[in-house]
Amino acid sequence: MTISREDIEKVAVLARIRLDEEQIPALENDLGNILSLVDQLSAADTDNVEPLAHPLDAVQRLRADKVTETNQREAFQAIAPATESGLYLVPRVIE
Amino acid sequence: MHNKSVAELSRELESGKISSVELTREFLDRIKAEDRQYNSFITVTEDQALADAKTADEQRAAGKASVWTGVPFAHKDIFCTNGIATTCGSKMLANFVPPYDATVTANFRAAGAVCLGKTNMDEFAMGSSNESSFFGAVTNPWGLGNGEKRVPGGSSGGSAAAIAARLVPAATATDTGGSIRQPAALCGVTGLKPTYGRVSRYGMIAFASSLDQGGTMARTAEDNALMLNVMAGFDPKDSTCVDRAVPDYTATLDEPLKGLRIGLPKEYFSDQLSPAMEQQIRNAVKEYEKLGATVKEVSLPNAKLAIAAYYVIAPAEASANLSRFDGVRYGYRCDNPKDLNDLYTRTRAEGFGGEVKRRILVGTYALSAGYFDAYYLKAQKVRRLIQQDFVNAFKEVDVLMSPVTPSPAFVQGEKTSDPVTMYLEDVFTIAVNLAGVPAMSVPAGFVDGLPVGLQIIGNYFEEARLLNAAHQYQQVTDWHQKLPQ
Repeated sequence: MTISREDIEKVAVLARIRLDEEQIPALENDLGNILSLVDQLSAADTDNVEPLAHPLDAVQRLRADKVTETNQREAFQAIAPATESGLYLVPRVIE
Repeated sequence: MHNKSVAELSRELESGKISSVELTREFLDRIKAEDRQYNSFITVTEDQALADAKTADEQRAAGKASVWTGVPFAHKDIFCTNGIATTCGSKMLANFVPPYDATVTANFRAAGAVCLGKTNMDEFAMGSSNESSFFGAVTNPWGLGNGEKRVPGGSSGGSAAAIAARLVPAATATDTGGSIRQPAALCGVTGLKPTYGRVSRYGMIAFASSLDQGGTMARTAEDNALMLNVMAGFDPKDSTCVDRAVPDYTATLDEPLKGLRIGLPKEYFSDQLSPAMEQQIRNAVKEYEKLGATVKEVSLPNAKLAIAAYYVIAPAEASANLSRFDGVRYGYRCDNPKDLNDLYTRTRAEGFGGEVKRRILVGTYALSAGYFDAYYLKAQKVRRLIQQDFVNAFKEVDVLMSPVTPSPAFVQGEKTSDPVTMYLEDVFTIAVNLAGVPAMSVPAGFVDGLPVGLQIIGNYFEEARLLNAAHQYQQVTDWHQKLPQ
């Protein structure tokens, strides 16, 4: 199993991870090896097998729609890289 | 005092032979003097620990003590601790001071235990050697006497090394594919990964949410039981936590093992296992026969697919979980981002290490349009086949026994060049996580002076049976008491 340079660049965009040119050959090799390992799955007969998402097949619990948490904005924003007037700051999005 | 178990230390405190402040000071001094050679701690919380110890002594004097009141321990640096740095072994969270406690953290606090600090780990719990930590590799106390720097295993390598070096009597840990059992085995300590959903994941930094499970590590099975008594239980803050009564895990430790039915999965005694390791495991099984257990061979026919299924499911879930690290709300942020995309892509490129990035990329690939069915859905179907193997095996036997690892602790750097070689380290542990059943690692001998771990796997919610089996073995063997030179 191989993975192309184009696939790696596309996946890096999706994952929002910047890659430098010199990192790509090693990634082609490493990700190719991992995908070869994973390829063993294709030999398994899984016709009529239900996918398993939770080992005990549990489903999400529901709860009453009422407020149970207190507002902790100050505590949360105290550890943010940049805030102003109770807002999180990011680079300008709209020119 | 530092060679005593949690149970023994608790009795010493109760008898008044030593105070928690004295005990805490002794362990802090040991960390200060010795941890330079192991690097098992990322953060040591000396002032907080001494203050908590003083409070514990006052509680005990007032007759309000529990077993844990004043007993020192440590948390793996994946559990959020209010006001204390929680890094998950990553540059991304090197500056992260959580404004809240994980449920596990809060439980130990309520029990009066004294946390000495946060133990080192593979970055975001991704690794089997503790070499992917941003805060440097951890060195196994075993082998150092011969001048060899060996890995402690991972990802809970800091917890395992700290216990083996007698820097703490117990530490929390987590296990997604073997991250409690493998380091426990390589460091000669006792560890337990509970049933998925038994221990709350709230405030435990997520790696692969359908596999992650918090658990225990200490020298003895009895201490693991004392830890699980504090950790297990329903938590409405974790939507996958199971609402089910928690037994007193110490109550059944002394039950005899007569009639215990042990299954040996033939797939776990394959040619991947070194003959010397196999001998130690077979010897351990013989001890169980002397204790009245019966032994038969069983089969987990799909276990061979476990690593392949895991390396789709775990990276896929990791890619989703780790998308939250974007440089906006907390954690690392790159300098001078020129636009929003630059902020995201550079923060993540600079904040994550190599193994974490590889797994995010593999996971993103497996979940991307056109590949989802072939990878993620296929892996989840194989996961059910693997689970069914365990369900079928437990119709015939009470516990399964196997080695934890194919070989003992390897030398640092030996497996870092090829990720897949490192992944194969977890060949005997990963299927357990996919099935969600509980399993332990128990010290069961030595090969070339390095510890060997016996894996004991149980049916869902049978932690008490595992702890009982491990405790009885530890009454007739002393592998768990051996000290690294």
